Amino acid sequence: MMEVLTNLFWILIFPGFVFTLAVGLLASWLVRKVSALVQYRVGPPVYQPAVDVMKLMGKEILIPEEAHRAVFVAAPLVGLSGVLLLAAMLWLAGAGVAFVGDVIVAIYLMVLPSLALILGSSSSGSPHASVGAAREMKLVMGYELPLILAFIVAVVKTAGVLEPAEQLSLVAIAQHTPVASISGALAFIVALLCVQAKLGFVPFDIAESETEVASGVMIEYSGALLAVWKLMQTLMLVALPLFLVVVFLGGVGTSGWALGGGIGKYVIVLVLVILIKNTNPRVRIDQAMRFFWCYCGPLLVAAVILAMLGNYYGLTWL
Amino acid sequence: MKETARKSVLAVGPFHPLQEEMEFFQLTVDGETVTDIDVRISYNHRGIEKLSETLQFDQVPFLVSRICGICSASHPLAYVQAVEEIAQVKVPERALYVRTIINELERIHSHLLWVGLAGHFIGYDTVFMWAWKYREPVLDLLEEITGNRNNYGNVRIGGCREDVPDDVRPRILAELDTIEKKTEMLTKAVLDDPVLHARLKGVGVLQKDAAVDFAVTGPTARGSGVPIDVRHDDPYAAYADLDWKVISQTEGDVFAKAVVRLLETFESIKMVREALQKLPSGPVAAEVKEIPPGEGCGHAEAPRGETFHYVRSDGGNRPIRHKVRAPSYVNVPSFKASCIGQHIADVTLTLAAVDPCYSCTERVAVLDSHDSVIHDYASLLQLSRAKTAQLRKEIGTPVMKLEDI
Repeated sequence: MMEVLTNLFWILIFPGFVFTLAVGLLASWLVRKVSALVQYRVGPPVYQPAVDVMKLMGKEILIPEEAHRAVFVAAPLVGLSGVLLLAAMLWLAGAGVAFVGDVIVAIYLMVLPSLALILGSSSSGSPHASVGAAREMKLVMGYELPLILAFIVAVVKTAGVLEPAEQLSLVAIAQHTPVASISGALAFIVALLCVQAKLGFVPFDIAESETEVASGVMIEYSGALLAVWKLMQTLMLVALPLFLVVVFLGGVGTSGWALGGGIGKYVIVLVLVILIKNTNPRVRIDQAMRFFWCYCGPLLVAAVILAMLGNYYGLTWL
Repeated sequence: MKETARKSVLAVGPFHPLQEEMEFFQLTVDGETVTDIDVRISYNHRGIEKLSETLQFDQVPFLVSRICGICSASHPLAYVQAVEEIAQVKVPERALYVRTIINELERIHSHLLWVGLAGHFIGYDTVFMWAWKYREPVLDLLEEITGNRNNYGNVRIGGCREDVPDDVRPRILAELDTIEKKTEMLTKAVLDDPVLHARLKGVGVLQKDAAVDFAVTGPTARGSGVPIDVRHDDPYAAYADLDWKVISQTEGDVFAKAVVRLLETFESIKMVREALQKLPSGPVAAEVKEIPPGEGCGHAEAPRGETFHYVRSDGGNRPIRHKVRAPSYVNVPSFKASCIGQHIADVTLTLAAVDPCYSCTERVAVLDSHDSVIHDYASLLQLSRAKTAQLRKEIGTPVMKLEDI
């Protein structure tokens, strides 16, 4: 009984929903504020993301007549719970609570928001949403391969230091900083771009592209359901950069300097994401796929080979 | 089942984040590819030509400057040139130079506006904000000279209403220097960015012969290798005395149009500088007593292309016919040649690349539908009253308060 309560506390309060949400709202304020500063604007006050969500919560929910109601309503909730679990797992990995193979679960959970978006938008029956869903689908297919490869690089880098059975756990991976090697750095850069695509930020905001398909995947959502999508994106803004920090940058510690350093790493990744967002135009979907498959894919295959060679010859910098 | 019923149509409009005005592009799509495209306008017809016939010759410039907020120097200029042709007015030299200065400042701010919007359309909001920031001082200068940021109302028949004050001239020159530097920076950023190249080059190509067939004007034509420019081909105001060149590119894609606009901005800066230097002394307007019977045409190179005004007078104090053709009217239909077969992402950008202005293009649409109900004023009024009565029944009559009266 006690264990169940503890788990619930972890998932719902700390470091799960409430805590992650607070961090996420702060992060999304940071995104807007830094973007504003880059663009010579003033930017919103710090409570703006929270007020936006609250306002949406109070609005009417419209469900299109042609929509498949159950799927339409369930999709945002599925996406939200996926990210929620992911965030809880990542924070706990920082605190040393983890199990072997949790990285595989994390990778699955990271696909869930995109799948939920595709489900929700294709059940809405709008042509704009179906174009958006098709784009999101292509994008997922595009970036999943490089992301997995980047991840394999990180796992390979931990080899030799750990027991083979322990290699596949977030805690184990978090003890290393693969980014300090050539293959690790390549993997980090590509993974950062994949995260950009997962977050739906420029240059990969193709599925939502406001000026083409009028926010595509989310066009039919309104009120509280839209708020849930926004919350999901807010949580992703915590979970995905945190994932990068855990996998490539040595993770977040629990106390003192390590915690401060961890937060610093998270903010650096977030600022990198924001800067990429503000210094690029949106690419076309075919360009995005070509970029991920033809450039990032082979690059990371090379990185995996480099990492393995590094292990074989004992060169940690490779 | 008819073939058309299975087509998937993507609606860009009547209200769409792509453009700020009302227009309706129907993109027939097959996956990501646009297979056909059609446009419907006439959502906001204002009857400018008819209104113009109810105003006196002197009042019309204020009306036509409101055809379009961005071309609000070109439309009145074309109109007064038409009237001056009827009345055979000799416009003072200084007025011609002032007109040139205002029109070129307008071109600078309009082109920067387009660069910003184009950035926004491809999700590059930083370019959007930066371009609009650099555009702001131009609007300030225009306000300093004419009193308004837009809708300057500065031309009148026979000259100009406001002169360029001598004490403002150094400020204009200083501002022009800053604007030139900023635009240079922006141009370099646009021309050197590989991602922008990937996004703009070879997109929405309007071939030269198609450009001629659709009779496009302005930067749209000059981007397709048709170097037409009213300022050069039939000089008005002081353009013949100034040293400048017509910018044109041969590629016809969105990138070429962007290059044309950016380089034209530099030409305009150069022209304003030279015009300020050569600004002759003397009166800024000639006295015009009455407009004799007759007809006249005036055209001016607006930032989007040639704007054309035809005016007929019967010797009274009002035009009895006033015809306006704005550049977007010929530029917008060129999407038939440049958009079909492209990606949705490219089509939306190509539609925006002609810098369309729907308030200029607005025409009355005649609906040919026999089974629909057409309401006239009386029946609409009746409907409205019935609805109000029903609402009153449902929610009760509002209580009248003292402060409402």
